[in-house]
Amino acid sequence: MSGTTAFWYASRATGIVALLLLTAVLVLGILVNRQGRLPGLPRFAVTSLHRNLSLLAVVFIAVHVVTAVLDTYVRIPLLSGVIPFASGYERLWLGLGAISLDLMIAMIVTSLLRGRLNRIVWRAIHLLAYVSWPVAFAHSIGSSKDLQQGWMLGLAVACAVIVAAAVTWRLAHAARQVPRAARVAAVFAQHTRTVSR
Amino acid sequence: MAQTLRVNPIDCSGHGVCAELLPELVSLDEWGYPIVDPRPVPAALDREARRAVAACPALALKLIRG
Amino acid sequence: MTTAVNESAPESAPGGAARQAAGLPRLLPALEQDDLRGHLDRYGPPPYRGQPGLLIGDIETSGLTGRGGAAFPVYRKLAIVARARGRKVVVANGAESEPASRKDELLLRVVPNLVLDGLQLAAEAVGATEAHLYLHSAATPEIARALAERSARGLDGLPVTITQAPPRFLAGQESALVNRLAGGPARPAFQPPRVSERGLGGAPTLVQNVETLAHLALIARYGPRWFRAAGTDAEPGSMLATVYRPEAKTQVVEAEIGTPLRTLLSSGAETRAWLVGGYHGTWLPVPQAAGLTLDNDSLAKHGAAVGAGVLVALPSDRCGLTEAARVTGYLAAESAGQCGPCLNGLPRIAAALAELAGPRHRQQVRADVERWAGLVTGRGACHHPDGTVRFVRSALTVFAPEISLHARGQCSATSRRPFLPLPDGIPTSDDDWT
Repeated sequence: MSGTTAFWYASRATGIVALLLLTAVLVLGILVNRQGRLPGLPRFAVTSLHRNLSLLAVVFIAVHVVTAVLDTYVRIPLLSGVIPFASGYERLWLGLGAISLDLMIAMIVTSLLRGRLNRIVWRAIHLLAYVSWPVAFAHSIGSSKDLQQGWMLGLAVACAVIVAAAVTWRLAHAARQVPRAARVAAVFAQHTRTVSR
Repeated sequence: MAQTLRVNPIDCSGHGVCAELLPELVSLDEWGYPIVDPRPVPAALDREARRAVAACPALALKLIRG
Repeated sequence: MTTAVNESAPESAPGGAARQAAGLPRLLPALEQDDLRGHLDRYGPPPYRGQPGLLIGDIETSGLTGRGGAAFPVYRKLAIVARARGRKVVVANGAESEPASRKDELLLRVVPNLVLDGLQLAAEAVGATEAHLYLHSAATPEIARALAERSARGLDGLPVTITQAPPRFLAGQESALVNRLAGGPARPAFQPPRVSERGLGGAPTLVQNVETLAHLALIARYGPRWFRAAGTDAEPGSMLATVYRPEAKTQVVEAEIGTPLRTLLSSGAETRAWLVGGYHGTWLPVPQAAGLTLDNDSLAKHGAAVGAGVLVALPSDRCGLTEAARVTGYLAAESAGQCGPCLNGLPRIAAALAELAGPRHRQQVRADVERWAGLVTGRGACHHPDGTVRFVRSALTVFAPEISLHARGQCSATSRRPFLPLPDGIPTSDDDWT
């Protein structure tokens, strides 16, 4: 599409920034779970950054959607930002964007209400991050000509590689974890001195 | 009304964020788990205590009445 | 409700409060297995009051406390559950998880009807809509028969669901029990809320040890004054104790609360130390313990408690450190592994005890144990670390001379045969908790 309005450019730019932010948010989320640290920063910085960047990402996505709607070259109804497949233009790719955003809204609302929610419910919804990101990625690649070529393609691929690496790290840890029923025995074995007689 | 901090030791996985945000009331044992002051939270630390409760990644820290 | 009077056995006619002797035996009048007819001849049918709440006042006056180890006043638990609205659950806790305790198993074999009476009477008192029996085995023939006979006679207000507990030390803990009844593993949950406020399926749940329910069934018939005629003023009634003495068979005895320990534990043989209160209990030096009585007032002054009534006199030819190390290893292995301090502290303490029980130990071991003991106390979701620490600290105090001997590579024991009973096998997978 060769729309030249400022709105169209703003939408493309904020979309790309949002993808980068979401990549960072997902990696930070895995880092929180693994009790990892960012060099030189206190532990609460990891949780804080994860939280704040996710809110920032939603702001960028809101601008991304609104500017796309305001651009008059193609007709995109506002509601198609959250209602999947409601736009005539690029129905599939925009639909994926809406799905991803819906999942993010669920994650953020439940996180804001964390204290009042059942832990298991909160966690189940938060795990939807692993669905939301790939769907957002597919939306990005599918609907953005920018990302389909040149250095931007490289950028997008880099995001995918980083996410894949982080998820692999997370899964590897889960696979290595001593099952709960065996943990005590493991600690005991570590601390028992074998005495030679 | 006075509130006290309590940690649910089953949910707690030893992230240690609470001890960073509220060192006056929470310290960590040699395995990284929080030792929480059982006395009521002083009014001056009320905001910090709420922040620590909100920041716990495992939702294991709680403020309870009394 | 009319009570049947059996003319052919007037000396055991029910309802005759004056006829029921105030002394012992109370729970175990005969050691032959009791069938329903014998039970009804001796005690009559369960004296339902016709309305919830009515029994609770009598239980309060009687001063009955829980016989499962915690000694919590029974009327308080009854009142909390009775007060609540909506669905309520009662559970007879027969999961005698303490390896050295045999009393609940005996009670359920010999007088299951007394326990089941207590369960139904407690259910009526709190207005329960569901009744459960929790056991370490599947329904035994005695229990199955008792339930069938009672059902045929229409004696029970509520049907009783039997759930099997895994062979874990913590399986009988209140919240672990509720988790198991709900279909999950028998691991403790964080409290508050207590199970008497929010238990099985969110409903207030009354959990009582089977011996407690047996006493309740007798109080309902003979009244609180009868109950208080034995025991002490502060801790009335009788209790079952499992007693281990050198060169003697393990015995379950019914004793008045306040009985001198030496009446129960002294024997001809020489003993090294006495253990009061089971594996979460306290080791005491014999001269000190011989002057104490079986009640919490007397024992508390020496850091001990009655617990579930396990009393052990360790023979002199055994090594106290070795026995303590064996039990601590067991207690550590039985940790649910849910709470960081317990999961990390108990196995380290157990390994340290094993080192102390062996020849020569590193200098810092005793200091390590004390530091870890301080770190685990009060920091678990249940009292397992606290009980273990009490057992360990008292062992290290009472067997201090042994520690010095072992440090020089010597030991004053002459027998390596284990004395304290422990089950085989440690839990290795989640299946072991269901």
